[in-house]
Order: sequence, then C-alpha cells, then structure tokens
Amino acid sequence: MRIALLLGFRTLLREWRSGDLAVLFLALFVAVAALTGVGFLTDRIQRAMQLQASEVLAADLRLQSPDPVRDNYSVEARRRGIRTARVTSTLSVVLKGELTQLSNVHAVSEGYPLRGSVRVATRPFGVPLVATDIPAPGEVWPDSRLLAAVDARIGDELSIGSIKLRVTRVLISRPDQGSGFVDLAPSLLMNDANLAATALIQPGSRVRYVELYAGDRSRLAPFLTWFNATGKRSERVIDIADASPEVGNASARAARFLSLASLAGVLLCAVAIAMTARRYVKRHLDLAALLKTLGAPQSTVLIISLTQLACIAVLATAAGSAAGYLAQTGLLAILRDMVATELPPASLQPMFVGLAAALLLLLGFALPSMLQLSRVPAMRVLRRDVGPPQLGTMLAYGPAVLAVGLLIIWVSGDWKLSLWFVLGLSIAMATFAMAGWLLVSVVGRLRGRAGVAWRYGAANLARRRGESIVQIVALGLGLSALLLLAIIRGDLINDWRARLPSNAPNYFFVNIAPAEREAFQAMLSGDGGKVSRILPMIRGRMIAINDGPVTGRRAREGQASGRGQGRGDGLATREQNLTWSTELGPDNTITAGKWFTAADRGKPLVSVATEFQESMNLKLGDRLKFDIAGETIDVTISSFRKVQWDSMQPNFFLMFPAGLLEGAAGTYMASAQYRPTDPAAVAQLVRRFPGVSIFDMDDLLGQVRSIVEKAVLAVQSVFLFTVLSGVVVLLAAVQATRDERRYESAMLRTLGASRRTVLIGVMVEFALIGVMAGVVAAAAASTGGFFLATRLLEVPYHPNPMLWLSGAAIGAALVCVAGYLATRTALTQPPMSILRYG
Amino acid sequence: MDRKIVLEAQDLTRKVSSPEGELTIVSHVSFAIPAGQTVALVGASGAGKSTVLAMLAGLDVPTSGKVWLDGSDLTLMDEDARARLRADRVGFVFQAFHLVPSLTALENVMLPLELAGRGDAGVEARAMLARVGLGDRVGHYPRQLSGGEQQRVALARASVTRPAVLFADEPTGNLDTTTGASICQLLFDLNRESGTTLVLVTHDTQLAARCERKLTMSAGRLI
Repeated sequence: MRIALLLGFRTLLREWRSGDLAVLFLALFVAVAALTGVGFLTDRIQRAMQLQASEVLAADLRLQSPDPVRDNYSVEARRRGIRTARVTSTLSVVLKGELTQLSNVHAVSEGYPLRGSVRVATRPFGVPLVATDIPAPGEVWPDSRLLAAVDARIGDELSIGSIKLRVTRVLISRPDQGSGFVDLAPSLLMNDANLAATALIQPGSRVRYVELYAGDRSRLAPFLTWFNATGKRSERVIDIADASPEVGNASARAARFLSLASLAGVLLCAVAIAMTARRYVKRHLDLAALLKTLGAPQSTVLIISLTQLACIAVLATAAGSAAGYLAQTGLLAILRDMVATELPPASLQPMFVGLAAALLLLLGFALPSMLQLSRVPAMRVLRRDVGPPQLGTMLAYGPAVLAVGLLIIWVSGDWKLSLWFVLGLSIAMATFAMAGWLLVSVVGRLRGRAGVAWRYGAANLARRRGESIVQIVALGLGLSALLLLAIIRGDLINDWRARLPSNAPNYFFVNIAPAEREAFQAMLSGDGGKVSRILPMIRGRMIAINDGPVTGRRAREGQASGRGQGRGDGLATREQNLTWSTELGPDNTITAGKWFTAADRGKPLVSVATEFQESMNLKLGDRLKFDIAGETIDVTISSFRKVQWDSMQPNFFLMFPAGLLEGAAGTYMASAQYRPTDPAAVAQLVRRFPGVSIFDMDDLLGQVRSIVEKAVLAVQSVFLFTVLSGVVVLLAAVQATRDERRYESAMLRTLGASRRTVLIGVMVEFALIGVMAGVVAAAAASTGGFFLATRLLEVPYHPNPMLWLSGAAIGAALVCVAGYLATRTALTQPPMSILRYG
Repeated sequence: MDRKIVLEAQDLTRKVSSPEGELTIVSHVSFAIPAGQTVALVGASGAGKSTVLAMLAGLDVPTSGKVWLDGSDLTLMDEDARARLRADRVGFVFQAFHLVPSLTALENVMLPLELAGRGDAGVEARAMLARVGLGDRVGHYPRQLSGGEQQRVALARASVTRPAVLFADEPTGNLDTTTGASICQLLFDLNRESGTTLVLVTHDTQLAARCERKLTMSAGRLI
C-alpha cells in the first residue's frame, strides 16, 4: 500500500506533463466550478431565507385584510397579553420636486416589527444598523432605490400624498419584505400617525391592512381559536408554518433550474473524463504489465492510478471551488438589484458538494477504466498485442449510469424532473449527433475539392468521425443554450415590445374617486393626455357557485394553475376587481353566449373571462353569488370572453352590465396615452389627486425588461460553463489522438510538407468542427426561439442570419484556439525525435 | 556436486484460440535447470521461446503441465501470488528495456526493492547503478539516456534484488554490436558475481554460445 501510494505521488508530476492528467484536471475543474458557482450562490440565498424564516412575518401571527382591521382584535389580543402592531401598505407616487417614483408606502405603528428588525443606514446602500424605533411622525425612511430615483438624500423632504415628510434614515431591509426577489417598486417606511394626512387612503383604494401579534405560544393558540370563530372571511391569518412565501418557492425553483443548467456542463465534463481515462489506460498498459512483472499485485497497480486520480480530484476541487466562488461573485453582481436582502457569507458546503461530485464523476467514469488497467496481464511485457480483458457491460457502464443518475437526482431533488432532464438532454444530444454525422459525411465527400491542407483537415475529420461527432455535440450543446438565451435577451423581448400598438396607452391611473373623475380627466386632457378607456372598479368576493361552496372548486383551480392547494389567495376566494360596462372593447372577444344589450341594463348577469372560466370550471347559465361591501348579489353567467391581456388596456375577469352595481362604493381605473410636455405635469397631477396611483408603463416595462435581461444574463453565465465543458471534451478528444497526430505531423514533414501546411491542415479540421458545432447550435437555438416566440410570447418569429454567422464564428474561434494549444507541440517538435522516440 | 533444481518445466503445453481454431504454440516441453546455470533458449521466430519464458516466470499460465520455480508450483498460484514470488525470486531484462519513463534511473532501480518491501532501497539501488557504471546518472530519466545506458539501468534493476532466476528476453536485440557486447559482458559478470540462474531468449548465436546450456525450440517443441 505504502509503495503504491509513494509511486502514485512520485509519478504524478511527470504524468501531469504528459497531458492526460492535465485534461482530467481541467474536466474536473470546470465541473466543480460550475457546480460550486451555482452552489455558493443558491446556498447564500437559501441560508438568507432560512435566517429570515422566523422573521418573515415580523410577528408570530400576521392578520392580512383588504379592509381596515377592526379594533376589537387588538383589544382582545392585548387583553390576553399579546403584543400588537399595525402596518398599512399601499402604492403611491412619491415626489421630490418634479421627480416622481411609484413606491410601496408602509405606514407602521409603534412596536413594529414585533419579531426581527428593521435595518437602516445613514446613506443609500450604506452599512446596515438595526433600528430600535420607527420613523417619528413627520419623518420617512425611504429605501436606497427610492432615494436614487428621486435624487434625494438625508434631510430632504419627500411629498407623499398631501403631506411632506423629512428623510431621516435610509431603509435597508424590513423583516417582512419577503426574503427572495423584491417587488418592482421601491419602498418607504413612515409613521402610522401621518397616514390619514396623506389622503392616500380613499374609499375603494387598493390597500393592504396588516395587524401583527406576538406573544407566548400558549397565549397565541387560544387567541387564534377565538379569531377563527369571530374573524371575517376576507381576513387571513398567517403563522410561521404558513410562512413559505411564493418568492421562496420561486427562488428555490430558480436555484434548481440554475443547478440543472450547470449539470449539463458537468455531464459533458464526464464525457471528457471518460475519454481521458481511456487514454490514460492505453498509455499505462505497459507500465501496469511491467509493475506486475516486477512483482506488484493487482491492487498496487490500481492504488497507483487511484492515488493519482484522488490527487487530481482534490486539486481540481480546490481550484474549481475557488473559481466557483469567483463565478458566484460575478453572478451576484449581475443579480444585485434583484436580491432584496443582505446575504450571509457562503458556507463551505458547496465545496464538499464539489468534491463529492468530482469523486462521483471519477468513480463513475474513470474507475471502470482503472479496473481494466489493473487487470492487464503481465504477459504484455513480452507480447504487446496482449491487452486487458474487456469489462462486462455492467462494470463498464453501470458506474457511469449510477453516477449520472445520482448526480441528477441529487441536484434536481426530484425524480420526475430528473427524468425530464435526462430525456431532454438525450433527445438534444441524439439530434445534435445526427446533425453532426450528416455534416461530417458531407465534408468527408468534399475533401478532394481544395488543396492539400484542406484535404488533410477534412480527411482527419471524416476518419475520426466518432470523435468529431462527440466534439460537435459537446460544443453545440453549450453554444445552442447561449445563442437561445441571446435570442431571448435581444430579439424576442424587442419583438414583443414592437408588437404593442403605437397608440397603446402608456399610463395607468388607479383609485380615481368617482367625485374626482371628471376633474381628473379634464386635467389630463388639458395636458394632452388621451384617456383610452375608463372603467369603474369595485372589490367583491365570490362566495357561492350554483348555491354550492366555492372552496370545493379550489382543488381544480390548484391543478389548473399548477399551484399547490395551500394558497389562500387563489382566484376562488380572494377579493376580485369587478367592473361594469355596456361596451365590449376590441381586445375582448365573446367565445360563448352574448354580450350585454341595452335591454340587459340592471339585470343580474355577468360576463366571465375564459381564464377564470377554465380555472373554476364554469359554464353558461351558472349562478354566482358575490359579497360586495357586505351586500350579496346573485348573477347568472351570460357570456365568456377571450381577453387580450397585453393590449395595455384595463381589463377584468368579471364584467357586469351597467345599472347593477352602481350603488356600491368604488373607484375608477383609466388608461391613457400621455406624453407630458412638462415634466412637472405628473407631479402636479399627483399633488392635485394624491389618492390616485399612477403607473408609468414605459417605466414599469423598462424595469421588467431589466430584470428579465439580468436573469437571462445570469443563466447565460451558467451556460458558459457548458461551453467550457465542450472545450474540455474537445481537448480530451485531441489528447486521445495526440500520439497519432504527432506521428502524422512528423511523417508529413519528413515527406516535405512545411510546418505551415501541417498547421493549416490541423486548423482546417478544428475550424470545421467549430463551424459545424456553431451551425448545429444556431439551428437548435433558432428552433427554440421560434417555439418560444410563437407558442409562449405569441409574436411572429424573425430569423436572424447573424445568429448563424456568430454561432459558426464563435465555434470556429473557440475550437481553433483550444485545438492549436493542444496540438502545438506536435507541430513544433522535430520530426526525428517523434519518429525515433514516439 | 549436484546442484539444486531452481526451475523445472514438466510437460508444458500452451494453446490459444484463433479465428482459425485452437492453436498449440508450445507442446509438451519439459526440462529442469539447476541453480546458477546459464541457459539459452534459442529458435526461429514463432518457435514458442517467449511463451515458454513467460510460463517459466509466471507471466502466463500453461494450458497443461507444471512449472516449479525455486520449489513453488506456479500453476497452483493465483496472479497476485505469482507476482509476490517474482518480487522475491525473479529478475527480468527485456529487449525494449521497459524502464518507467516517469521515474529516474535511481527510482527505476529502487522499484523492485520497494515492491518487495525492502527498506534500504535507495542505498542498494545507488550501489547497483554504480556497479553498472551509471553512478553519475542516477537522476536522469530514461529519455535522457542512450539505449545502452537504458539497458544498463534495466540490468541493475533486474539484479538489485539478487534474484534466484534472471530472465532475459533478447537483451541485446535493440543495441548495436559494440554496445550489445558490453551489455552481454555485464550480464554475465553480474550473473557470476551473484550466482543467479540465467535464462535468456536470444537469436544471437554468440550470446547463446556463452551460456552453459542451450535449449533449442522449433514449432513449439524442444528439439
């Protein structure tokens, strides 16, 4: 054992120089870097979420309601020795001078937060400190993004509704802000005492009222029982067990997706490892036979190889983890604006995952070859034609299948997802292989069409058909992912935006009080704004379908929407925005029944959007019962409508005929084309109508676009590892044919070929592989882009010839550089030394 | 005085399968070699010399028949047991030298000592390299040595464990006449100094003539 270890270490450096172990190192390095890069990132985000899990409610119990919370709850809670606090949240435009920014306004009462802490700083993005109080009356704590948007600093005054508040600190984080990805709008914290004076809360305004409770579990449990007996349907209580917010699930899904994306590269590295291991065995057959001849048992031969593999695994893990950590820093820089919270430092766990993955890859893809090596007969020292016995199918492929299976299940954490991943990857690889085979065959037939260098390169490509196809598949996979993401990031988003009609409204106004409607429209028109649609809006809850409970339909709803059943705010039970109209907009098409006629005015009818119909399994003639501001109303479904939601016009799931709901208190919602000539006009509008929420769609779309672009860029960065893995496969393939290439080069040069001719021949071969991989990748990316455009985004797809050119150019450049580096010694070494010493 | 038999082949037969059917490459070969004797195994190419050598050294197993090496029946041993016996009792010299390219001359010579578990490998290997005239080349890798020097290292490696039997397969086959002669001289000198039994396979009639005994093979049989 000792001598085997010693020999393993002693020959390591020399083996490294031979190139095989270097390629093996590179394959493991890229695999570990890919896994740990994503691993460090997701580890940090998930640990941040775990840290916040107990704080995410800012309380032990959290009551949420669309209506003001009755005082009797807090009275009862305090009577039971439970602490309480209130948070009232709404969306409003915040101004400083003429600069405006739509923001989440959170008015909090004394004691907030009951659990966790608010962190503040003395300057934007500054070092966070725990706040021990809340903003005093007259003060406001905006977050860094809001301050930047309105160009404000500490000491400035911000207009919020009808009042001005002075900035005294910068809000860095709140415990209940959600632990994953932030809302689009920035936030501010202000004192509850100032809320009424802002005049932001009008009848029908979209407000979320929250009451927080904290205390001993023994006191909270009976309080919850009491609440369940007395609380309103619209009021929802969340405790820590429910506190697995959707953003948490979303970021877990994103983490899983990124991990699977990194796994594609890892699996390609596995191919490189298998190729390198085969070459390692081929080169070490004589040594293994010699060692056995000199008296080494089979185990010694195996241990020598395994020692070297283990050393490489440890070194590659260390270097790969360091690279992964750097990659994670880069990914985080891309996603900085999207990650709301300060992240804890990374743990070492991803590094151990990287080491385990490296060992698993080696065991799966290299061990069978090493076992074969240890079984080479000693007789080979006398007869070189004697090779190792062939491994049985189970031993040859079993460990690889097992390793791949374990890795995929480990990373995805889901059997079904793993199967889809394997299926998808297999189909992609088979398609790429077929395309590669076709291209290699065509080029092989065209080899006589040009000079000697072209013939030499094309002949090499065709002769090593298997290796060439493997290289095309490996590089093509990574490149196609990058190109497809480039299509999404550029063309598809542009196409989608271009599809919006030029006269589409660019402003939305919500919460227009009925009494202010005409004045508001007049002011908007006076500044050149054109209201394209204005609809009344009231809030109501569906409480029965055909006199049966709504909740019975929620299972289907959960299935239809692909969500779990635990969500209490599903379509069925949450408050809906309701409207009435006599006109059917051009973006609405009746699919069944008929639209309201003049004769239907005041009749108990409803027109339902098809999405609502499908998720609730409704049919024409069904009777729906609604609770609207405490009044119940029974209506019959008279039509279903297909709504074009991206028309940028106000649209509703549920529309009633005019004359039915006018008595209920509501507000108006309007869309308008509005290009204010004077930047101050919006500010004046906000000052005059403080309760109206203004949404600048250009701004919002810009933010959505920015987030989508950043997310796609992050995914692209992960797929860079896949491209790198493709390059490693190429290096492994070149390494496998290195002796052959050296000999060919020496022979050609001995026969009079110049070094330049040989070099051009080799470069032709590599360039062809790169171009083919690029072409196959562009074809795959275009197909993917076509389906994404026509099926998902429903925009016409415009093929981009640059995609094909750039695919081929990137492919050729990558392969030529890597190929040149791998073969240059064969071209520079004197032919005599190669022919004499091999 | 009768010398102890150190190597004995009894009715050795080796058959291999080929596309044309089963081929007998060694047929019913028997002989015994006393300790310290030098034996040349000669014959035309394909006569079966190397196969016999492989079976005598336990590198290959006979289809039938027995081989005793220093009292041990090789045909009853598994591969690892035969390897251990070789580590203790056998040395090899090959036509193609078969040095480990990633080890220095010294490390190559130390290798069999280390495999046999000997603690003084470095000292003995240095001494043996000095004995073959390469005391100043211990740190050189095989690629840095000439063919003759490589074969000297191989001789040092084969002799350093003081084996009971030294097998040599065409030891001068890859060398020019002058270098071959000097290697040949060294081989016999080392053999004489250590009293090792020498079995060598060769086409070289001069080399064969220096051996005490000559076994000639033709078509797989001793003649």
